[in-house]
Amino acid sequence: MSGYKELKTFPKGGIHPEGHKISADKAIELLKMPEIVSIPVSQHLGAPAKPIVVANDIVKVGQVIAESGGYVSTNIHASVSGVVSKIDKVMDASGYKRLAITIKIDGDDWLEGIDTSLDIKKKITLSKEEIISKLQKDGIVGLGGATFPIHVKLSPPEGKVADILLINGVECEPFLTADHRLMLEKGEEVLIGTQIIMQALGVSKALIGIEANKLDAIEHLSNLAKNYSGISVVVLKVQYPQGAEKQLIEALTNRQVPIGGLPIDVGVVVQNVGTAFAVYESVQKNKPLVERVVTVTGKNLKNPSNFLVRLGIPVSNLIKAAGGLPDQTGKIVSGGPMMGKALNTPDVPVTKGTSGILLISENESMRGEVLNCIRCAKCAWHCPLGLEPYLLMNLVEKGFYDQAQQEQILNCCECGTCGFTCPADRPLLDYIRLGKSIINQKLREKS
Amino acid sequence: MNFTIFYTIISLSSLGILAGVILYFVAKKFKVIEDPRIDEVNEALPAANCGGCGYPGCRSFAEACVKATDLDNLFCPVGGNKGMNDVAKILGIEVVEKEAMLAVVRCNGSYKNRPRTNIYDGTTSCKIVHNLYSGETGCSFGCLGLGDCVKSCKFDAIYIDEETGLPVVDEEKCVSCGACVKACPRLLIELRLKGKANRRIFVCCSNTEKGGIARKNCVAACIGCGKCVEVCPFGAIEMRENLAYIDYKKCKLCRKCVSACPTKAIYEINFPPKKPKIEPTAEIKMEETN
Repeated sequence: MSGYKELKTFPKGGIHPEGHKISADKAIELLKMPEIVSIPVSQHLGAPAKPIVVANDIVKVGQVIAESGGYVSTNIHASVSGVVSKIDKVMDASGYKRLAITIKIDGDDWLEGIDTSLDIKKKITLSKEEIISKLQKDGIVGLGGATFPIHVKLSPPEGKVADILLINGVECEPFLTADHRLMLEKGEEVLIGTQIIMQALGVSKALIGIEANKLDAIEHLSNLAKNYSGISVVVLKVQYPQGAEKQLIEALTNRQVPIGGLPIDVGVVVQNVGTAFAVYESVQKNKPLVERVVTVTGKNLKNPSNFLVRLGIPVSNLIKAAGGLPDQTGKIVSGGPMMGKALNTPDVPVTKGTSGILLISENESMRGEVLNCIRCAKCAWHCPLGLEPYLLMNLVEKGFYDQAQQEQILNCCECGTCGFTCPADRPLLDYIRLGKSIINQKLREKS
Repeated sequence: MNFTIFYTIISLSSLGILAGVILYFVAKKFKVIEDPRIDEVNEALPAANCGGCGYPGCRSFAEACVKATDLDNLFCPVGGNKGMNDVAKILGIEVVEKEAMLAVVRCNGSYKNRPRTNIYDGTTSCKIVHNLYSGETGCSFGCLGLGDCVKSCKFDAIYIDEETGLPVVDEEKCVSCGACVKACPRLLIELRLKGKANRRIFVCCSNTEKGGIARKNCVAACIGCGKCVEVCPFGAIEMRENLAYIDYKKCKLCRKCVSACPTKAIYEINFPPKKPKIEPTAEIKMEETN
């Protein structure tokens, strides 16, 4: 293990929160189906999809129920079979009621042509264009959390060429283990998916970045990758936010994404391992994105698990399957503890972006009292992007949005490192997020 | 004899005189001629610099007044009609009197009316909570009660009532500058006609959800039943997305809608108590719903 001394990482800032990967050795289980699911039409970044079914329609698993609402948008498929009972606003993870299609489940009837077997199909028969249009049709989005439609990422703007593909297997958020389990159990499929994305991009090299706290996954994938030309596994230092796009690119390729730029500006495309698996299922098995792996975890939870969940199943069902809601639960967080968002009710549906459900006990979940800034500069020291969070917070609080924009507030990746390190419990990221949304809105109004 | 002091005084004074002469000519050449009325108008304004007129500060408003040919679109809400008359006198033009306005909060989701379904323990800023989620109650339209409006008010005219958790506008102090209207991320505050003897009637709810859902989350919600629209003899009430809106320009303050509303979402302020002679059916229904 001597090589592990010089592990690759991003050059600036970062923290090392405790891992708490308590569900790491729990195999992925299939979740029992409920009676009713609500599938939101806005599960991805970009325009919401438009429903094409009406109440009382009978749908099958994999059938398109809402069509893409623009280029940066994607199709939504029925994740269960049954009868559409209503199309109405339902509370989702955003904390607001949004349009969703509610389906009353009746059996498990898949659309014809979808291969639900577990056989591994290695040979890729589709061409570059066919792959991209297939992925667009099957509603594949980035499953790391940002849910950016994949076909947009795989079609670089003119004049820009990708020369390397990075697969994000970092999973730097504490507690979450969904990607870890996927790499262990579906390693072959992930690698075939990687190959498909490489073909779609026309690149010959792919790196899979994995943090050094997942040694079993590193070993497993390294062994498998020997049979795939151009794909190699790179071990990364355990440091948060190693899995943030810009940090991962710098750690793996030493290239820096310019301010306001995209990874494609430096010839890189990043995809999550979960996405690679979804790509495999779509292209090789003709299976649209109707399910994903979700970690349900928490220190007091009876049975922390990793579930393969059909989209639209309420979060409360997942908690029930993992042993029920423990007493004294303070917060139910969708996502990890660093970037996740507390839910205001456990009845929200699982969507394409739900990577985990974390239950935090009451005494651990409450925020501390906000004290004055003592100018210790911990936030600036640990910020992986070299920003000055204390300054950005003050500027936004006082309403100096132009100045905040000059200080590169829009570059913030919202990793939450600043708030984690602040000894005065100042709500740094809250204000930075507010500033970002106000400035973005102003920019939209201008254009 | 040491002449150093002597030379120093001579050279420095000649430098001073030279600079003075240059400055004199520069000042002559680049003189800015400003309308003296700007200063006069500025003096007449209340110097609150609140931005209620739509200009950044009183002086820019004064400049705009002097430049303008009439004062129809210019109004200082702090100085009111009296202040604008003073300005008009300086400029020698006529001004039409405007009716006084007042900020009203269109939410009655007090702790009693609107049960809390979750607890928020983050930053005390309505804007941040509004960005985050629907709020501590089931109603995603109502007041968040964290006081962005209170922070924005420069006249100390709005405060949060601790008993209800809702903002209350002080009729005496409010100058209708509109700062709170801009500060509220949920667009709950509206400037309405102050009315005779400060009497006002308005729909105290902003929930556009369907009646049943709105009612479940808040007992004082407008359920969009349309009874008020039916009883209004002046056609002042309009129903938009399950929410009634009373046009204050058409409303004659007859109060028929107030007694017709089954959820008491229509609010009357500063009216003498009504004689109990309303149709009994409406009374009973109101009792039942409570």
